[in-house]
Amino acid sequence: MSDIVCTDLRYDYPGGVRALDRISLTIGQGERVAIVGQNGSGKTTLIRHFNGLLRPTEGAVTVDRWDTRFKPVAALAALVGLAFQDPDKQIFAGSVEAEVSFGPRNLGRRGSELESAVASALAAVGLSGERRTNPYDLGYSRRKLLSIASVLAMNTPVVVLDEPTTGQDARGVRTIEKIVARIAAEGRTVVCVSHDMRFVAESFERVVVMGGARVILDAAPQEVFAQRNWDLLGSTNLGPPYSARAGHELGLGATPTEASLIRALRSGTSA
Amino acid sequence: MLKLSLVSYRYAGTNRLALRDINLELADGEVVGVVGANEAGKTTLCLVASGLAPRSIGGTLGGSVLIDGHATADLQMHELAALVGICFQNPYTQLSQVADTVFEEVAFGAMNLGLDRAEVIRRVNEALAAIGIAELGERDPRRLSGGQMQLVAVAGLLAMRPRHLVLDEPVAQLDPEGRALVADALRRLAAAGTGLLIAEHDTDLLVGLCSRVVVIDNGSIAEVGSADEVLVDPRLEKWGVEPPARVRLARAVAAAGMTAELP
Repeated sequence: MSDIVCTDLRYDYPGGVRALDRISLTIGQGERVAIVGQNGSGKTTLIRHFNGLLRPTEGAVTVDRWDTRFKPVAALAALVGLAFQDPDKQIFAGSVEAEVSFGPRNLGRRGSELESAVASALAAVGLSGERRTNPYDLGYSRRKLLSIASVLAMNTPVVVLDEPTTGQDARGVRTIEKIVARIAAEGRTVVCVSHDMRFVAESFERVVVMGGARVILDAAPQEVFAQRNWDLLGSTNLGPPYSARAGHELGLGATPTEASLIRALRSGTSA
Repeated sequence: MLKLSLVSYRYAGTNRLALRDINLELADGEVVGVVGANEAGKTTLCLVASGLAPRSIGGTLGGSVLIDGHATADLQMHELAALVGICFQNPYTQLSQVADTVFEEVAFGAMNLGLDRAEVIRRVNEALAAIGIAELGERDPRRLSGGQMQLVAVAGLLAMRPRHLVLDEPVAQLDPEGRALVADALRRLAAAGTGLLIAEHDTDLLVGLCSRVVVIDNGSIAEVGSADEVLVDPRLEKWGVEPPARVRLARAVAAAGMTAELP
């Protein structure tokens, strides 16, 4: 099983900025995990350890029991797919199809297997009709979806998406929500960094809250967004999603999702 | 005042009109929000309103874009820069790539306006403090997180105090507190007379910030009106726009056949 295990992980950027400080965290196969926290709290740095793009300054990260310090990035890429926050740092090919084919081709897929991986990834993000398009003729939001498709096409046991809903319209956000649900339904792990607390509460079963290079809270949305944790969330520039705030004001208890608020309203009691 | 009259625009090498028949006025001190689906034309409108299209990126402009009475098509880049600022969607694009510290990066635009050194330093300190990043001053701007980079991009524009400012999703990568600080800073900038045009998916940011909101659909203006009216318009979702959280939840509650006094 492709568990990701961080043990006393510390990471210092060149120049001495400490981005991660004694992080111990296990993400089990099949979990849906959101990573949240203020700008610069270490979220992106953390997930870049999951596929070996960064190696710990101290401590260790293992993926599927492989220590990332001793495993080449190419080998880890078969286990962990990572879509960057900035699609323009990921995209390099001259066509949408070539971009999405690159990953699975490098994993050895050929012929109909390759074609079906590409077709299903493009369909998932709604870019099936753009195979021949130059990625830079797409707007930012669709370049972002393209960068996600490139990772989906690799069909890795673990999928990591860095701020996938950034720049997406209502339909784009729904598309990402469906992708997360589908990856989870297939028993694969999905980890997303996000500032969109509604998306986090609606789509994930576990929320890891980072502040000052450390994990300051790690629990289900029901707990993380409960009123007793609002001050802690505030300490890392976050707040609860609107449903949670509304539920509290209405005396309905912890209602992190719209559905939970409506359920609580219906039963007229605390959730 | 920034005024677009019957504006159409076509990117170089394409046949499709990315914008059609756009009429829009932005008064001094006014804040106008622009919403719409992915690829509806929001970014193109930002590029055209700031004069970068066609001046910097080519393409074919129809109609006229006037900034304080000057047609953008006739202005040189340095003349444009003195009249209108633009905040790009991707903050990495905004970095000068020549500054080694955040402080110098934020000072870059203001220095190029020819302001004296003491004034630039004063403005940079003020801008950094306004959006809560004073402690990043000595950091390398190319080594910041995405969100921090976005704050630096905004700070650089605040320090320029432009007469008009066009922002393309200025808070997309920010944490909620960062969003609130940027909104406050933009509100103060508008109160001092800057006209702001803000393309944004986060309609919660636009509530209480914009007086008017424009909906762009397939390159044209589908609706324009007061923020109070447009942000509760039932057609928002059809246009690909997520309504503000409160509006959304109120609808979900109503659809479930219940009522609630939402805060």
